[in-house]
Amino acid sequence: MPVLLEFEESIGVLKEQLDKAKELNEKGEVDMSKSVKDLEKKIEQTRAKLYKNLTPWQQVQVSRHPERPYTLSYIDALTEGTFIELHGDRTVKDDKAMVGGFGKIDGQSVMFIGQQKGINTKMRQYRNFGMPNPEGYRKALRLMKLAEKFNKPVVTLIDTPGAFPGLEAEERGQGEAIARNLYEMAKLRVPIICIIIGEGASGGALGIGVGDKVFMLEHAWYSVISPENCSTILWRNWDHKVEAAEALKLTSKDMLKNKLIDGIIKEPVGGAHTDHAKTFAEVKKTILKELPKLKELTPEKRAELRIKKFASMGVTN
Amino acid sequence: MGWFKRIKEGITTSTKDKKETPEGLWYKCPKCGNVVSTDEHRENKWVCVGCGHHERISAEDYFSLIFDANKYTEFNKSMSSGDPLKFEDTKKYSDRLKASQKKTGLKDAIRTAHGMMNGKKIVVAAMDFSFIGGSMGSAVGEKISRAIDHAIKFKAPLLVISKSGGARMMEAGFSLMQMAKTSAKLTLLADAKIPYISLLTDPTTGGVTASFAMLGDINVAEPGALIGFAGPRVVKETIGKDLPEGFQTSEFVLEHGFLDYIVHRHELKEKLSRSIEFFSEDEDVSKK
Ligand SMILES: [Zn+2]
Repeated sequence: MPVLLEFEESIGVLKEQLDKAKELNEKGEVDMSKSVKDLEKKIEQTRAKLYKNLTPWQQVQVSRHPERPYTLSYIDALTEGTFIELHGDRTVKDDKAMVGGFGKIDGQSVMFIGQQKGINTKMRQYRNFGMPNPEGYRKALRLMKLAEKFNKPVVTLIDTPGAFPGLEAEERGQGEAIARNLYEMAKLRVPIICIIIGEGASGGALGIGVGDKVFMLEHAWYSVISPENCSTILWRNWDHKVEAAEALKLTSKDMLKNKLIDGIIKEPVGGAHTDHAKTFAEVKKTILKELPKLKELTPEKRAELRIKKFASMGVTN
Repeated sequence: MGWFKRIKEGITTSTKDKKETPEGLWYKCPKCGNVVSTDEHRENKWVCVGCGHHERISAEDYFSLIFDANKYTEFNKSMSSGDPLKFEDTKKYSDRLKASQKKTGLKDAIRTAHGMMNGKKIVVAAMDFSFIGGSMGSAVGEKISRAIDHAIKFKAPLLVISKSGGARMMEAGFSLMQMAKTSAKLTLLADAKIPYISLLTDPTTGGVTASFAMLGDINVAEPGALIGFAGPRVVKETIGKDLPEGFQTSEFVLEHGFLDYIVHRHELKEKLSRSIEFFSEDEDVSKK
């Protein structure tokens, strides 16, 4: 059973009871099999109820669950061992926080690109916590251009707490790198599907997020700033992250309602971390459903619709 | 009319040092402390005569610097950002908007106009830092988007003068998408082969840097402006030590290859005109 989040305490209590019941049952002194079954059912019901009514802040917590699958796990599962990672931006270095390469999904070549988080302390540092430097965005663009050259679609998997705000990042033009990607993605001649699989923070997320279709996993979040940073700036301290999460309307449901994304990909009850395989299957289903529709359009039409879609975003008086 | 208005406003509107300069008749440079009359300061294009410090000025001031005889036609003048999220932090965003509009007399953080620069058509979008830190919400994105349409329609070059703290948090996802929106629209300007000049002024940071401000056919900055993606405070926290001298200034950004040139405000109009001239059709020499 995965690590429980703070709001899943009620599940934790039941889980303890379940463990005890199982233990007694195994000892064979009393027949607890009915209790075990009941408790298992109750855990499922409790979880279903909890996850049906997650608050925005709870969603953010789920999106950061330590066992939530990261980009390369998705790619490996989707491409069934055919993925070959391609490295480097050809200018500065290979950014470990941004990965990409070709893989086959259901027989079709697809360029996969995404931010990569690390699975343990050492890897988290190696991956810079999924915060790319400019060379990460430039690697992403290089790979998109490669896909364009050979008329292969692009799928981006977005999961980042933001573009890295470091000294070298500024020297090497973090702003320009992201801006360039927005511009180039808007007119790229091949289909682009973007999926926010975890955290979609700000320009660091959008830097690989301009697509014909943009999806969010059910419990992912996507906004201009993280709730913590929003709290710091607008409330002037860290204590208002819960309110900030609500105010930002950063959940998949709200983002869809505001027409800032095109769809939501369902997660297993309890979140993607409770069932990786099922999550990957849903993502695969979505990609395979959307790709043929996008491939039918001409490159000109796709770009036109893509630009129109983003150009229509905004509410003015 | 513009000049009259300007002179009148020069007397009454605030500068940062309003309190130290009785009745706003004097301008005290925050860099070197030099004091001049506001008339003299304006005459010098709001550049300190002592040290060359370029004061932060308004969209209206830039219009007066760019357009011939300060004549221009402003468009989408009354457009302001909506509040689709009903955003509220310590204050309601709708109240913040109203307060800002009242305080500045502006509708939002950008103004767009067309007119002539040295006898040639030009479309100008200029940001106002005084309006919620020049932050980019739906109105900024939409007005830039329409300025692009306008430039395409009238076959006039586009000049965007950036001056912004970045995204407008109170518009959350909508604000973020203005980055994609403005950048996507710029591809249409490029398709139409219309020149786009981006002028970065103090300060240009965050989502504005990471979208239209860095996408000029020519990227130009005023001297000494703060230009960056992450704010200096955030970078300092990240690296855990003091920032090097001159970090994220125009000069630093030029040195690292992201600006074409830095231009003093006194030469701004001339140099922009000459730069744009290179993009236009060559004169038919045979007809001379
Ligand atoms: Zn001075």
